[in-house]
Amino acid sequence: MYVAVKGGERAIENAHRLLANARRGDQSVPEVTLDQISEQLGLAVDRVMSEGSLYDRELVALAIKQARGDLIEAIFLVRAFRATLPRFGASEPVDTGAMRVQRRVSSTFKDIPGGQILGPTFDYTHRLLDPSLAEGFVPEAPATAEASTAATPRVTDILGRDGLIESSPQAEDGAGVGDLTREPLNFPADRDLRLQNLARGDEGFLLAMGYSTQRGYGRNHPFAGEIRFGEVEVEFLAEEVGFAVPLGSIELTECQMVNQFKGSATEAPCFTRGYGLAFGQSERKTMSMALVDRALRARELGEEALAPAQDEEFVLSHSDNVQATGFVEHLKLPHYVDFQSELGLLRKLRQEFAEANAEPMKEAAE
Amino acid sequence: MNAPAYNFAYLDEQTKRMIRRAILKAIAIPGYQVPFASREMPMPYGWGTGGVQVTAAILGPQDVLKVIDQGSDDTTNAISIRKFFAKTAGVATTTATDEATVIQTRHRIPETALNENQVLVYQVPIPEPLRFLEPRETETRRMHALAEYGLMHVKLYEDIARFGHIATAYAYPVKVNARYVMDPSPTPKFDNPKMDNCPALQLFGAGREKRIYAIPPYTQVVSLDFEDHPFEPYRFNAPCALCGAENSYLDEIVTDDKGGRMFVCSDTDYCEGRQAAGHHGSLSAAPYKEKAGSHG
Amino acid sequence: MVDQDMADLDTLENDQPLLVAESLSKSFGRIAACRDVSFALYPGEVLAIVGESGSGKSTLLQMLSGQLAPSAGQVSYRMRDGVTRDLTTLGEAERRFLFRTDWGYVHQDPAQGLRMAVSAGANVGERLMAVGWDHYGRIRDTASDWLTRVEIDVARIDDAPRTYSGGMRQRLQIARNLVTGPRLVFMDEPTGGLDVSVQARLLDLLRSLVAELHLAVIIVTHDLAVARLLSHRVMVMKGGRVIETGLTDQVLDDPREPYTQLLVSSILPP
Repeated sequence: MYVAVKGGERAIENAHRLLANARRGDQSVPEVTLDQISEQLGLAVDRVMSEGSLYDRELVALAIKQARGDLIEAIFLVRAFRATLPRFGASEPVDTGAMRVQRRVSSTFKDIPGGQILGPTFDYTHRLLDPSLAEGFVPEAPATAEASTAATPRVTDILGRDGLIESSPQAEDGAGVGDLTREPLNFPADRDLRLQNLARGDEGFLLAMGYSTQRGYGRNHPFAGEIRFGEVEVEFLAEEVGFAVPLGSIELTECQMVNQFKGSATEAPCFTRGYGLAFGQSERKTMSMALVDRALRARELGEEALAPAQDEEFVLSHSDNVQATGFVEHLKLPHYVDFQSELGLLRKLRQEFAEANAEPMKEAAE
Repeated sequence: MNAPAYNFAYLDEQTKRMIRRAILKAIAIPGYQVPFASREMPMPYGWGTGGVQVTAAILGPQDVLKVIDQGSDDTTNAISIRKFFAKTAGVATTTATDEATVIQTRHRIPETALNENQVLVYQVPIPEPLRFLEPRETETRRMHALAEYGLMHVKLYEDIARFGHIATAYAYPVKVNARYVMDPSPTPKFDNPKMDNCPALQLFGAGREKRIYAIPPYTQVVSLDFEDHPFEPYRFNAPCALCGAENSYLDEIVTDDKGGRMFVCSDTDYCEGRQAAGHHGSLSAAPYKEKAGSHG
Repeated sequence: MVDQDMADLDTLENDQPLLVAESLSKSFGRIAACRDVSFALYPGEVLAIVGESGSGKSTLLQMLSGQLAPSAGQVSYRMRDGVTRDLTTLGEAERRFLFRTDWGYVHQDPAQGLRMAVSAGANVGERLMAVGWDHYGRIRDTASDWLTRVEIDVARIDDAPRTYSGGMRQRLQIARNLVTGPRLVFMDEPTGGLDVSVQARLLDLLRSLVAELHLAVIIVTHDLAVARLLSHRVMVMKGGRVIETGLTDQVLDDPREPYTQLLVSSILPP
């Protein structure tokens, strides 16, 4: 005798408890602390801050712990929290030219004012698994020197001074900055919303899209004009006091790509730009973002837009990994009612097919 | 660390205001998809965030909330959403359709007829009925604005040419108030007639796609078809095995690995109500009663 | 080439031009693609615009069909209600409606003017459905009828044009355009890319359809033989300008401009 399935509530409660235990793992193993995550898995924290659109290392470390290391799950937690926070307004534009650089490289010139600074990078390491890192590793103290007072002007500003690269498009005076988390995206998208979308976009997706442009799907001849990583001041214009108040500093990575030149009947040819920006040290992300930013400007720059990375609706609609995973994983939800409808239709069609094909067989039998 | 404090029904008042504005616009233009700035919610996109935002925006302390998924109050996601509102709004919840003032649903319309004091909130995955024929949003927006629905009929024509029938079993497109073509959400086409001239307000929320649309009470809703291939609601070949209902949508339950099957009402509240009132099907848990014309 | 059916129609309707171009010009930056083109087209009249590639004929066609805004000059069209409208004043809804009902546009590549993955019947029926036809049987019958008229085997009505030959696709595109009874059809090298024998068959079909339906046609072609077979009048373009215009037989038998003479003399004898 059939008894209807019940007890979903109990099942969920038990599932939550099981999850909490799986998350903690073997209790004889020490619990991982938020400090450990923030300090020693710093690049994971950087990524979650960027895609979660929230700069708070401690909170993000908690999210990563709660998500058991699943970074997209962590990004989801961070974004859901961010949605509850009150909004004061927008900061003053951050001056990346005044960044206290820890790393700064350019592939377009051999040497630049302020120098090429390698900084802490995996580049040039040999990817050999190092067992000495397993436990008790104490790194050598890094080399130190007098802090340099040399200015580190942006390479794109240097090119711009001679008019060799297009100027960055400026917003109209008094125009507000759009907010992707507060207004729905429309196509064609304005530059501010496009860049916000890419900044929050999934690193893997943007990496693949950027890679595709290099392989010929909408090639735009990129050079890494500059990649810089370091601390910048964030300032907020407090109306009560009438001047900009420093809120603190954050770490940013910025990438400026220099792309193939363009000209028109009325303008001399010059290089074009692609831009990438992310929290923390996120070079792969900012470089991919810059490649895709430039690809998405194809139509604006009068180029034929045939490649996937140049398709604005395609790229911007599918870059958000929280949305993407929500929809992909929603297939786990019960769909049996719709499946039932499909079954009914299929059975009917199969019956009709059988009837239609039954007649000639009968004739053959005669 | 910042410990969050949540507003009634989770959303802050400004967000609710924004959503209500979108809802009012949707009601003023029946069947038209109003863009809205969907918020990040504590459940994943694709799992009902649109429906939850609509419900959160309209819920008041006196409301009684029912949440169903696949017609049942007891499926995991329905439970999860009901608990969410119990926790963040403290409203009374119910499984009885006729006691609810707000019903949030995924993929079914309740069998019990709704009344003027009720709001039905549908969870919608893909709001755009033309999406699979035309992937570009810029183009589909234009098609709706200019009432250019030829492409929709092309799809129906193709189905008839290929299968002899219109081959859409759920999310069957409808024309609302003789103007906008709308996707009713993945409800089975069996439920389409319930939307027509319904006394309750019907609201549709798509969180990930960021659209809200609505059917005001007593609005004409017509399923698309051809004059010589009219819309036919799906009929089951058997009544519910538990309560004997002949006009309700049935779930197919696989009972053994030899092909054994039984059909029971998808709407659990409706089925339990009928059983409580003494109706029985051929396989119900109640003592066996001789029933004329039983299909055992 | 004079259409005898013209006398059967309302003379007033035929006295008024259907489409008028006045001093049409188009520049792209410093390139003047089209300069100062003017003409009037009457109902049932076939006008051929001939020239080599780069002559500006395609740009002109784009402007005449409202797909490209002119840099100077204007195009006016007499709508079905009798009112003459400047194309640039048409709203998008009006323009799209016009394109689906009173106008046809035959692309050189039929894949551009068809839905390749959708059956032939649906391709022909789409415009009917777009203007409200909702009887499947009638739509299908009308589509079958048109397939026969363009000499496509009716048994292929449920096949997608992906499975059709080039000539068949082009004929299907024509049927799709003519099903709503347009008064004006634009054609962009409709026989380009087809085998010579297939071309001949298509031209024959076009000639009889145009005459039978009293269609006004603006056809762009580099092929003078096509112009001679189909058109009443011809405009010869070179470097963006119309260098010679007149009745087709006159211009082709007795070309005045040296360039026209060159074009005519380069037609290989059959």
